[in-house]
Amino acid sequence: MFSSVILIPAVLNGLMTGAVYALVALGLTLIYGVLHIINFAHGALLSAAMFAAFFAFRLLGLDPYVAAFLIAPLFFALGYGLQRFIIGPASHGDDRNMLLVTLGLAVVIENALLYAFRADTRTIDLPYAFETINVGFTFLAIPRLVGFAAVFVVALALWAIMNLTDTGKAIRAVAKERLGAQLSGIDVAHIYAMTFGLGTACVAIAACLLMPTFYVNPTVGNAFVLVAFTIVVLGGMGSVPGALIGGLVVGVVESLSGLFLGESLGQIGIFLIFIAVLLVRPTGLFGAKA
Amino acid sequence: MSNQKLPFSRRQFLATTAAAAGTIAMPGVLRAQGAGVKLGILHPVSGALSYSGTQGRLGAMLAVDEINAAGGIKGLGKIDAVLGDAQSTPEGGTAEVEKMNAAGVVGIVGGYASAICLALSQATARYNLPYVVDVGVADAIVQRGLKNTFRFGPGFGAISKTAIANLAAINNAAGKPAKTVMIVHEDSLFGSGLAKLLNTELPTHGFQILETIPHPTPTRDFNNVVLKIKAQNPDLVIPANYYNEYVLLARTMQQQHVKPKGIYSVLGGAASSYKFVKEFPEAAKYIMDCNHWFDPKNPKAVALKKTVEAKGQFFTYEVYLNYSCVLLTADALARAGAADRAKLIEALASSTFSGHVMPYGPTKFVNGQNEGAAPANTQVLDNDIKVILPEKFAEAKPVFPMPA
Repeated sequence: MFSSVILIPAVLNGLMTGAVYALVALGLTLIYGVLHIINFAHGALLSAAMFAAFFAFRLLGLDPYVAAFLIAPLFFALGYGLQRFIIGPASHGDDRNMLLVTLGLAVVIENALLYAFRADTRTIDLPYAFETINVGFTFLAIPRLVGFAAVFVVALALWAIMNLTDTGKAIRAVAKERLGAQLSGIDVAHIYAMTFGLGTACVAIAACLLMPTFYVNPTVGNAFVLVAFTIVVLGGMGSVPGALIGGLVVGVVESLSGLFLGESLGQIGIFLIFIAVLLVRPTGLFGAKA
Repeated sequence: MSNQKLPFSRRQFLATTAAAAGTIAMPGVLRAQGAGVKLGILHPVSGALSYSGTQGRLGAMLAVDEINAAGGIKGLGKIDAVLGDAQSTPEGGTAEVEKMNAAGVVGIVGGYASAICLALSQATARYNLPYVVDVGVADAIVQRGLKNTFRFGPGFGAISKTAIANLAAINNAAGKPAKTVMIVHEDSLFGSGLAKLLNTELPTHGFQILETIPHPTPTRDFNNVVLKIKAQNPDLVIPANYYNEYVLLARTMQQQHVKPKGIYSVLGGAASSYKFVKEFPEAAKYIMDCNHWFDPKNPKAVALKKTVEAKGQFFTYEVYLNYSCVLLTADALARAGAADRAKLIEALASSTFSGHVMPYGPTKFVNGQNEGAAPANTQVLDNDIKVILPEKFAEAKPVFPMPA
């Protein structure tokens, strides 16, 4: 049995890692909630955004946290364009086609990154990357604390967009009843693209939060997206609070199972809980209906 | 069959598939210009290992260019390098051997990863095609009695044996400050094999192993591992993992203020990498490694390092090992006196080549393994990587234990 000297920091680390998982999952669940598709290109977009943050630092000297304000709108536009001009038209209105198109996009984006930047792993070195706050019983890394706080700000902003703006209301309307929304004069193609854009912007912010302490290579996104898929199902597909809580739970579970079962088996905990939730509550923790 | 309209026409489909097939087939075998002796240079220059493969190709081509600039191989003319891409898989490598054999190469240099080298040695043996292994440390590569396969560098067994002996020597010389050890290793063949070996060997040298922690590749977070290290406070941490994880572990240790008396690696992913030292000088400080390394006292090696760095590349072990392997092959070709595979195998087997840039003893192949090959111990000192052992090649004395 581990002492609290290890257990408490491990839980805190799990929460901080989980927050970033949650942000990746947030984008995924948003897209699922409205478009009813699992976006397979999510991981590739995360890798692309991390490269964007990397080059913003290397070429423009922009700190990743500052670059987020540039990269997030850029990726919003990219996501909007992808859905409006590629995924939407190519899928001919069939959800199954949409799924395949995103899968194809993932392959294209990943290989384009590989072609442009090679498989080499890159990192950036920031003066504060090693900074820690001494909270008495452990050291908390500042970049991870910033990430943790930023995720809640983003979640709050997302909540505000969804509840206080006309676009947000339209998104919720389309998610609930597409035909009805269309009949009320909502441009569904536009709303689809807006949602995809918002999801992609979430991923871009996650990339900027990860970059100070993590590395980037063309396949780095996959490591996060597999976990994000689990979170989306765990939290309830399409549920924003579900993704947030699910992310934190998964972070802690991964951290603790890594501690008790060894790092190699760290993810077993996640998938055990995942199976248990599916057995007991198939709609996920916060899922209203299947 | 429904007569529903397909999303694209038959013609469009054919055009797209043809274009895609063309793109996939395109890399093929690229050939450098010129006539003379055809030599296969085969590395994984695409896929997961592309960085190492590209570095390997760079080293091999530097040797080829150097030989050709000096007029080629005596009596045989210039080397015509036939470049191949193993695509980071054994099957990719085997396919390239077929193409190179058809192109009439006299031998092949390269492979890089053990799994690819194993496949290449078998594929080349079918054609009695001489094969010089550049890196591949798995000992099975040279233990299957293949007459055509030669490994210039040291194998895993020799490296780990030297590493453990040198660790004990460094510790003894410092008055045995290190008694307890924790091993952090990646859980595939390389890391697990090494961890197993360390677990049997280290106790015989008086070390107590507190814990052995395996982790998968990739691992995104080393906080838990570092917490465990912190709680047990070992004198020595031995990481055995690949570059990304090595860097992440070293950075997390620095972040959590974990400072053991030493960090010692065997074939460490980043421990003797100029890239790591340049990017994270603080995390890399005083890390020791037992790995492939060049002879820092050899002027030829120093000049080669300058050439590589002038190209904006890091002077990694793939570069100088491949450089040396091509020189070794060219020397054997000159002695063979003909671009003949059987004669080249004979000449390689009897090679005493000394014009390389490695800190090795006299070249002598026994069952395909160069008995003179040996790893070197390095340490990150003054933002540079210095050889600390073997003494004959050392540039600095080991700094152990690490200053607080």
